[in-house]
Amino acid sequence: MDVRKTYKLFVGGEFVRSESGRAYRVDGAVNVPRGSRKDLRDAIKAARGAFPGWAGRTAMNRGQILYRAAEMLDGRRSQFVEVLGGGRAAAREVEQAVDTFVWYAGWTDKLAQVTGNTNPVAGPYFNFTIPEPTGVVGIVSPAESPLAGLVRRVAPALCGGNTVVVLAPEAAPLPALTLAEVLATSDFPAGVINVIAGYHRELLSWLGAHMDVNAVDVCGCTAEEIAAVEKAAAENVKRVIKAPAGEMSPQLIASFMEMKTVWHPIGV
Amino acid sequence: MRGVRSVDQVGAEERAASLAKRSIKKSSKLWALDLAIRCMDLTTLEGNDTPGKVAALCAKGIRPKPGDATIPSVAAICVYPARVADARAHLGTSGVRIASVATAFPSGQSFLSIKVSETLEAVEAGADEIDMVIDRAAFLSGDYQTVFDEIVAVKEACGDAHLKVILETGELGTYDSVRRASILAMAAGADFIKTSTGKIQPAATLPVSLVMMEAIRDFVRETGRPVGFKPAGGIRTSKQAIAYLVLLYETLGPDWMTPERFRLGASTLLNDVLMQIEKERTGAYQSGDYFTVD
Amino acid sequence: MAITKHRRAAELAKQVFDYAPAPESIDHVKIEPRYNLFIGGKWVTAHSKKRFATINPATEERLSEVVEADEVDVDRAVRAADRAFDSWSRLAPARRARYLFRISRILQERARELAVVETMDGGKPIKESRDVDIPLAAAHFFYYAGWADKLEWAFPNRKPRPLGVAGQVIPWNFPLLMLAWKIAPALAAGNTVVLKPAETTPLSAMLFADICQQAELPPGVVNIVTGAGKTGSLVVQHPGVKKVAFTGSTEVGKLIQRSLAGTGKRLTLELGGKAANIVFEDAPLDAAIEGIVNGIYFNQGHVCCAGSRLLVQESIAEPLLEKLKLRLGTLRLGDPLDKNTDIGAINSKAQLDKITGMVESGVEEGAELFQPECRLPERGFWFPPTLFTNVSQSYRIAREEIFGPVLSVLTFRTPAEAVEKANNTPYGLSAGVWTDKGSRILWMAERMRAGVVWANTFNRFDPTSPFGGYKESGFGREGGLHGLLPYVELN
Repeated sequence: MDVRKTYKLFVGGEFVRSESGRAYRVDGAVNVPRGSRKDLRDAIKAARGAFPGWAGRTAMNRGQILYRAAEMLDGRRSQFVEVLGGGRAAAREVEQAVDTFVWYAGWTDKLAQVTGNTNPVAGPYFNFTIPEPTGVVGIVSPAESPLAGLVRRVAPALCGGNTVVVLAPEAAPLPALTLAEVLATSDFPAGVINVIAGYHRELLSWLGAHMDVNAVDVCGCTAEEIAAVEKAAAENVKRVIKAPAGEMSPQLIASFMEMKTVWHPIGV
Repeated sequence: MRGVRSVDQVGAEERAASLAKRSIKKSSKLWALDLAIRCMDLTTLEGNDTPGKVAALCAKGIRPKPGDATIPSVAAICVYPARVADARAHLGTSGVRIASVATAFPSGQSFLSIKVSETLEAVEAGADEIDMVIDRAAFLSGDYQTVFDEIVAVKEACGDAHLKVILETGELGTYDSVRRASILAMAAGADFIKTSTGKIQPAATLPVSLVMMEAIRDFVRETGRPVGFKPAGGIRTSKQAIAYLVLLYETLGPDWMTPERFRLGASTLLNDVLMQIEKERTGAYQSGDYFTVD
Repeated sequence: MAITKHRRAAELAKQVFDYAPAPESIDHVKIEPRYNLFIGGKWVTAHSKKRFATINPATEERLSEVVEADEVDVDRAVRAADRAFDSWSRLAPARRARYLFRISRILQERARELAVVETMDGGKPIKESRDVDIPLAAAHFFYYAGWADKLEWAFPNRKPRPLGVAGQVIPWNFPLLMLAWKIAPALAAGNTVVLKPAETTPLSAMLFADICQQAELPPGVVNIVTGAGKTGSLVVQHPGVKKVAFTGSTEVGKLIQRSLAGTGKRLTLELGGKAANIVFEDAPLDAAIEGIVNGIYFNQGHVCCAGSRLLVQESIAEPLLEKLKLRLGTLRLGDPLDKNTDIGAINSKAQLDKITGMVESGVEEGAELFQPECRLPERGFWFPPTLFTNVSQSYRIAREEIFGPVLSVLTFRTPAEAVEKANNTPYGLSAGVWTDKGSRILWMAERMRAGVVWANTFNRFDPTSPFGGYKESGFGREGGLHGLLPYVELN
């Protein structure tokens, strides 16, 4: 007889129930916290608080932590295959997710070399461009490939030093909530990544309009939802990321980054 | 003042970190722990300090470990001016000195006349040493002359008492400013320069202490007058205390390894040092239950 | 009265406080009494019957015994690498990455063991092998592991392909780190390797072979053959080797370059240096002192990019030298396994003789010698930190690489003069610039004919940062994106 898991939200490094006390039923059998706008608000606050520390870590340190996430996920293969419904497709998806963490772990200390540069300006000035993390990134997780699809967005966002708030897919939140267990044991500082579950119709507009979120990845949104988010995003000129679902590239990492250019005279 | 050489932040922090890795064992460790006690300014600076509290602290400072005569007394007891008389009454001829804070400690935001008269009264009440704060308002707005003049005035009011000048490094912003303030304080007559009031964060740190010690070293080379150093605030463990002693030894040398030129401003540190000494002697890790709180 | 009491206190401080021994424990480390060759993923008995001992230069104690590989052994190794190349180069890049990540993580897990062995075998202080060599080696593998599956992003519009078998010969000054600098990029690009460690420091390479087995690296991808100059030559000359990487003296580098002429083999060389460490009058002085000390006394000066020439602006020469001499007096020379040791043993008797000879020449030519008071242990090879003032550009100690803890001090008046003097050498590996002024840092950096310029710091290494020389300090870069180039063919 199983000791059944209570699924919780993951906010500020802790597993918590929704402050609303509400839940909704998934797969007819499991109760999942119905995250409220206040839960979302708290997650964004935690992400903002964690941002300077995470952005300030060395690239190698972030890479090591992303690699640790791969280690932890690899160790829980069978758990995730089960959550994804079992079978070869599920096993493949878990393998992809592990690969994705490893791939992006190896980008942290190369991103600046590939997307930044020095610029030969016409004058006695040293000029360089470097990528910097944009800040707090909201990720609306896709319902297809709910594990690998999520990791394909979370890893590049974290890679560059951003902190993240994930909105789990409404109909299939369990992989995302379970992924939080992997992230919680991977040496990420509290608040760097947060996972909220709930109804899009109750949460998406709050995310899109939140003035302290710097970017939103709308991978898991319908066309209508995207239009609504884009409109709300204009209030604080949020970056809205609409990359294709299967994208894996340094340019995707860069879409979560700002480019800073610095000048200094060369003279004695 | 603006001609004072700058300090490289990364270099200072690296040097301090590398010295903190020194491994001090056995006889060196015991000697260092003993010195840490002999150099301690056992401190209480709270709004709710009463004569009773001060009396208990004095007893602890004179005999840190009841029944163990091998443990030395601390260098001084450090209190607010209103409590100096209480300390005087309980220290007798123990040799433990009385340090009093003064000059509108900790903020320094008051009038010069008040600061000077506070100093005079504290000395009158029996203070052997005065720990003053510099005027950060003047310093940070570039009015170095005022900072200088105040120190000179307070030094004069001290009479025979020694003057420690607190820079409040946590408010100064850069190591450059810390160096500048150090030189300024020494030029104005400080007998000791001290890192912090202990009332704000950050208080004493190893890199800030390194920068101040290097300023002392340069000042002594220029003028021949030795000046003491006191880190204060946030030093709670023996390991930290020993790190400061290593920094001192490798920057200012063996001549500074004495209470005449080095003090540690601390309160909870004392029991940790006692526990470490006991651990070195017996080989077992200790519990706070076996050491008196005051 | 007060003065003598004070004096006594200071004397006591020096006696008692002067740091009791703090030795790093060695009981968790196992060094085998003898090692074979590591070929095709296994320890194999050599064809060669010749062996030689490796000793601890701090104590002259024998640590172990390794093989002096001969022609047959080297041939076996190259063939094994060649066989492995077929499958290794065709392995999915993500899989290659995973092997390299494994190696990196194991280096981290066994860090202390490796640091102790490195110190015992080579003589460098444990705090250096523990805090610099081993962490950088692990980081190097971690960095290049991440390139293995991203090669198509490294060179826009090109399709990089591996070359084949790389023959690699490394020096004794940073044994494991030099091994990492060679093997990591080679493997990441899909090559296989035959590596020959230096004759006085083979042990960390032997442990690395064990790590390859622990990581279950496919057999033959990494092969390690021990030996001296002759074995190195055999590796370099073998027709099955498509790419040669050598770090060592300029003298030997030139021999290799000459011998490879017309063979079509790719070559990179990382050779000697005689770097200028330039201090301007506005430099933060205490920071500059640390940089000078680190520049020449780190690893006993056994560093190709050592700041062996101090060029100090004349206006601050006197106060700087005074501080520097005092600082030399605080350097702790002794047992490399003691955690408080700053200066360890000289790597070998041969190197010690070389240093002694050069220092004698300095005195003969008229430079002024300074050495702090320093008690040298009875056994082992030791040389105290040394400083020469009154040095002319023409003196041997200002022109030739000493590879020891010996600093030559020269002065300059203007930035232009500093540039001229700094570049006036056939070497060009590194340079240091100390000044408070940002634009001057950039101006000087632009003018230094050196592959690495350190501004307000020295001896900083990172796997992401390309390292290599101009002129007779060699060609090719190690580290960073540029470090991949020598190991690929761009199509």
